[in-house]
Amino acid sequence: MIKFNSGIRKTDVINRRMFIIGAAKVVIFFGIVARLFSFQINENKKYLTLSDKNRIREWKLPPTRGNIVDYFGNIIAGNLKVYQLHIIPEQVENFNYLLVRLKNLLNLSDKRIARINKLRLELKPWDSIIVSENLSWSQFVKINNYLYDLVGVKPVMTISRNYPFNDVYTHVLGYVSQPNEQEILENETIQERFVPGMKIGKLGLEKRLENHLIGTNAIQRYEVNAYGKRINQLEHQKGKQGSKIRLTVDTEIQKACGELLNEKAGSISVMDIYTGDIIAMYSSPSYNPNLFLFGISQDEWQLIRNNPLKPLINKTLSGLYSPGSTIKPIVALSALENKVIDTKFKVKCTGKMELYGQTFHCWKEKGHGWVSLKNAMKQSCDTYFYEVARLLGVDRLKITAEKFGLGKKVLGDYFDNEKKGLFPNTKWKKNNLGKGWVLGETLITGIGQGYTQTTPLQLCMMTAQIANGGFAVKPKIIVDSNPISYEDAKQSMESGLLFDTDSAELLDKKLFKNQRNIKIVQEAMFASTNERFGTSYKSRIDDPKYQFAGKTGTAQVKRISKRERELDLELEQIPYKDRDHALYVAYGPYINPRYALSIIVEHGGSGSKAAAPIAKKLFKLIIDRHDLRNKQSNFERITV
Amino acid sequence: MFQHDRLSSEITLFQKIKNLDYILLISITLLSVLSVFVMYSTDGGEILFHTKNHFVKLAVFFPLMIFVAFFNIKFWHNFSYIIYFIVILLLIYVSFFGIKSSGSKRWMDLYLFVLQPSELMKIAIIMCLAKYFHRIKIENVNSFTSITIVLSIIIIPIIFVISQPDLGTSILIAVSGLIILWLGGMKIKYFIYSFITFLISLPFIISFLKPYQKLRILTFLDPDRDPLGAGYQIIQSKIAIGSGGLNGKGFLKGTQSYLDFLPEKHTDFIFTLFSEEFGFIGSVGLLILYSIIIFRIIRIGAISRSNFARLFCFGYAFAIFIYIVVNLSMVLGLLPIVGSPLPIMSYGGSSMLATMIGFGIVLSAKINHKQMIA
Repeated sequence: MIKFNSGIRKTDVINRRMFIIGAAKVVIFFGIVARLFSFQINENKKYLTLSDKNRIREWKLPPTRGNIVDYFGNIIAGNLKVYQLHIIPEQVENFNYLLVRLKNLLNLSDKRIARINKLRLELKPWDSIIVSENLSWSQFVKINNYLYDLVGVKPVMTISRNYPFNDVYTHVLGYVSQPNEQEILENETIQERFVPGMKIGKLGLEKRLENHLIGTNAIQRYEVNAYGKRINQLEHQKGKQGSKIRLTVDTEIQKACGELLNEKAGSISVMDIYTGDIIAMYSSPSYNPNLFLFGISQDEWQLIRNNPLKPLINKTLSGLYSPGSTIKPIVALSALENKVIDTKFKVKCTGKMELYGQTFHCWKEKGHGWVSLKNAMKQSCDTYFYEVARLLGVDRLKITAEKFGLGKKVLGDYFDNEKKGLFPNTKWKKNNLGKGWVLGETLITGIGQGYTQTTPLQLCMMTAQIANGGFAVKPKIIVDSNPISYEDAKQSMESGLLFDTDSAELLDKKLFKNQRNIKIVQEAMFASTNERFGTSYKSRIDDPKYQFAGKTGTAQVKRISKRERELDLELEQIPYKDRDHALYVAYGPYINPRYALSIIVEHGGSGSKAAAPIAKKLFKLIIDRHDLRNKQSNFERITV
Repeated sequence: MFQHDRLSSEITLFQKIKNLDYILLISITLLSVLSVFVMYSTDGGEILFHTKNHFVKLAVFFPLMIFVAFFNIKFWHNFSYIIYFIVILLLIYVSFFGIKSSGSKRWMDLYLFVLQPSELMKIAIIMCLAKYFHRIKIENVNSFTSITIVLSIIIIPIIFVISQPDLGTSILIAVSGLIILWLGGMKIKYFIYSFITFLISLPFIISFLKPYQKLRILTFLDPDRDPLGAGYQIIQSKIAIGSGGLNGKGFLKGTQSYLDFLPEKHTDFIFTLFSEEFGFIGSVGLLILYSIIIFRIIRIGAISRSNFARLFCFGYAFAIFIYIVVNLSMVLGLLPIVGSPLPIMSYGGSSMLATMIGFGIVLSAKINHKQMIA
C-alpha cells in the first residue's frame, strides 16, 4: 500500500512537472513562430532581394560600335560577323585529343596550344576558352564538318570591327584594338562598358570619337548556382549600337589618292574651299587597320614598323615640311597687301643674289631676267621673292601667313597627332633660339625654306582660302548637325561673311585688306599652270571645266653644296634620303573654283615633275564628282 | 491489480491494432510522406540517391515502429538497462573501430547501413532513466546515492559522444537525461544551482572548446564577420527562409537550394529548404504537425498506468521537442550551429531508426496503457 501511495505521489510529481515544461514548450514554439514570422513576413522583401542577388548574375556583352560612313553614306568603318571557336572544358571528353585535332585543323601554333592549356587551368570548367578569334570561312566550314568528333567545341558568331576599304582610311579613322589598363582607367565610358574582348579606338577618329561610337552593352541575365555556373538565361537586354558618324570625305577620291601615291611616301589633301569639308586626306604609305583587330602578328608589325617610307606616320597632319615655293602666293599677297610691291614691280634675276657676301641662288642657274610678279610666280623665280621678302620683312610676312592658317592646327583637337608647324619671325627666333634674326633668313623664308614648317593640310587650307577669294574657312571632317550647303557657304562667303556653324552666326572672315590683291595672286597661280613656261604647264588641263591653277614647290631637305650645284645630278643619282620633297598646291576649276588640294611627295624631286602631274589626274575626278556631292549635301543629318 | 495485469498481457493482436493511437500514426505517416517529397526536392526534382535511400529507410523503419509497438511495454521496461548497456558497448566499439568521416569517429559499418550509436543513445538514456525513476521510491530520489547513479548514467555516454567529437548529440543526450531527472522529482534547487554553476563556469568551458567550436559560437553571435566562410551557412539559411515569404516559392522552386546555395540541405538544414518552398504557412503547418505528435505522446504518457511508460512518453515528447527547437533555432540563427537533425525530415538512418523505435515504444505504451509494472 505504501508502495501504491508512493506510486500515486510519484505520478503527481511527474504530471505537475510535465505541466510546467509543457507550458515552456508552448512559449518556445511561439517564439520560433515569431522568428519565422519576422523573417518570412516582415523581412521577406529584404531576403527576396538577397536571394535574387545570390542567384542572378549579369553578363555584359561587348557593345557594337557605331558605323562611320563617308559623305555618300558608304560604310568605311563597319561591323562584321566573325566566327570564333570556343572550347568549353567541362564538356570535353579528352582534352589532349581535342587539342591535337584542332591543331591540325586550324594550324595552331605550339604557343597557342600552351596558352590554351594555361587558360584551362586558370578558368572555371564552364568558362569558355577562345581558341580562335577570327576563323576564316573555310576554317569555320571545316570545324563544322568535324564537329561530331570535336566534343566540347562551340563555333560562335560574334561581331567585330571591319574596315571595308582596308588601308584607304587608316590615317583618318585609326583602328580599334584591345585596350590596355591605362586606356580603361583614363576614359570613364570605357571603364563602365568594358568587357573582356571589347575593342576600343586606338588612333584617329576611332579614338577621338570613342564615346560616340562605343555603343551600350547588351546585358544577359543568368541564373547561377552557388559556384557561379550559369544555369539558365533569364533575360537578354539588347545594347544600343554606337552613334553613326558621317564624314565629309569621298571614298572615290580618297581611293584615287591612295593609287596616285602608290609606293611613294607623301600626302594628298583635298578641301571644299567654301564649306571647309575635307574631301580626301591620304597619307602614303598606309597600312591595313584590319590587321590590328585580332592582335597583329610580330612579323606583320615589324614589316609596318620598319618600312622606310614610315607608314605609321600620318603625313597629312604630323608631317612637317618646308613649303618651298608653294609659300610664294602668300609672300606675294603679303607684299601686295602691305603695298610693298604692285603688279608693275620688277626684279632682274641673274640666277643668284648676293647679300652681305652670301650667295642666294635661284633654281634657274641662268636667271630669269627681268620678272614681274606674274612671271616670277609662273616660273617660280626665287630671286624675285628674295627681293620681295627682303622688302617686306619676315614679321609682316608672318602676319599674313598666320591669317591663312600656317603655324596653327587645322582640325583643332580632332587628331592627337596633328602638328602646329611653324612660321618664324624675329621674335620667335630670339625667344626660341636666343639669337637675332638675320636678313638672309628672311630671304630663304620668302621661298619657303629655312625655319618654316608646314603640314600638307595647312597648305591645302591656305590654298583654299586664296581660292575662295580670301575668306577664312573652317575645315572639318565630320558632317555636323547643320550641314551648310555648298551654295549657302559660297553665297555667305562672297557677301564677305562666313556662316559659323558652331555659333550659328555670320562672322566677318575677310582675310584681306583689298580683294584685288587676292585676284592678282590667283591670276599668277593660273599663269603658273596654264601659261607657257609655267612650272606646272605640262600638267595643265585646257578644258575650262577642269582647268585649275596651282603652284609647285620643291623643298630641299639638305643644303645643296657648291659641288652638287655644279654636278646638277639627276634625281636617281641622289640618295633617296637626300632628294628634295615635291610639293604642289592647286585649286580648281579656275572659273568658279570649288576645291583646293595639296600634294606632297617625299623625296620625289621637283614639284613640277613629281607632284603637279598627280593634281592633273586628280582634278578630273574631283570636279566630276562635284555634282554628285552637291546633290548629296542634304543626304542625312547626323548629330555628333 | 493482478487481474489488470493479466488482462493487459493477454491482449490479442486485433485489440493491439485497435488500440494503436491513430492520430499519432497518421501524423507520423504524413510527416514521412512529406519528408520523401522534401528529399525529392533536395535532389533537384529527381529521384536520386537521397530520395531513394530515405524512402527505403522509411519503408524499413516504419514497420519496425509497428513491430516495436506490438511488444508489451513491460518488455521494454525489463530490457531498458540491457539496451542502455548495449548502446554503451556500441559507443565503446565506435570509439575504437568506428568509421572516421570529416574529423569525427561516430559511425559503425553494418554492411546494410552505417549506424551511429550516439543517436540510439538518445532513446536508450530515456529508457534507462525512466526505468530507474520508475523503480526508485520517491523519498529516495534526492539521496546522494541516487543522484550519483543518475548522473553517472548521463555522464558516461556523454563522455564517449563528446570525444567522438559530437557536441550536438551529446547536448541532446544530456538534455534528454536531465528532463527525466526533472520529471522524476529531483529537487528544483539542484537544477537552479547547477544552472548557476554552469553559467559561472561557461567561460572555462569555452576555453576548453575546440577552435572550430569557438568559431561556431563567434559566428552565431555575428554571422557577417566571415560571410563566405563560417557565416556562410547561417546567412544562406536565413536568406532561404526569409525569401520564402508567406506562401513560399513553390515545390521544387526553391532557388537557394536548387542552385546549391544551401549547405547540408539534406540533413540539418532540411527545414530551410522546406521553409523556402512552402513559406510561412508551410512552416507553421509543419510545426503544428510536430505539435500534434508531441501532444499525442504526452497524452499517451498521461493515460499510462505505469510510471515507466509515463516517464518515457513525457521524456520522449520533450526530447522530440528539443530536437525540433534546437534544429529550428539553429537554422533561424537563434543558436550556434550544432549538428542536430530534424526528426524524420532529415536524411540520416540512425536518427530515423532511433526516432521510430521511440515512437514504437510510445505506441506500445498506448496499446498497453493499462499495464501496471511492478
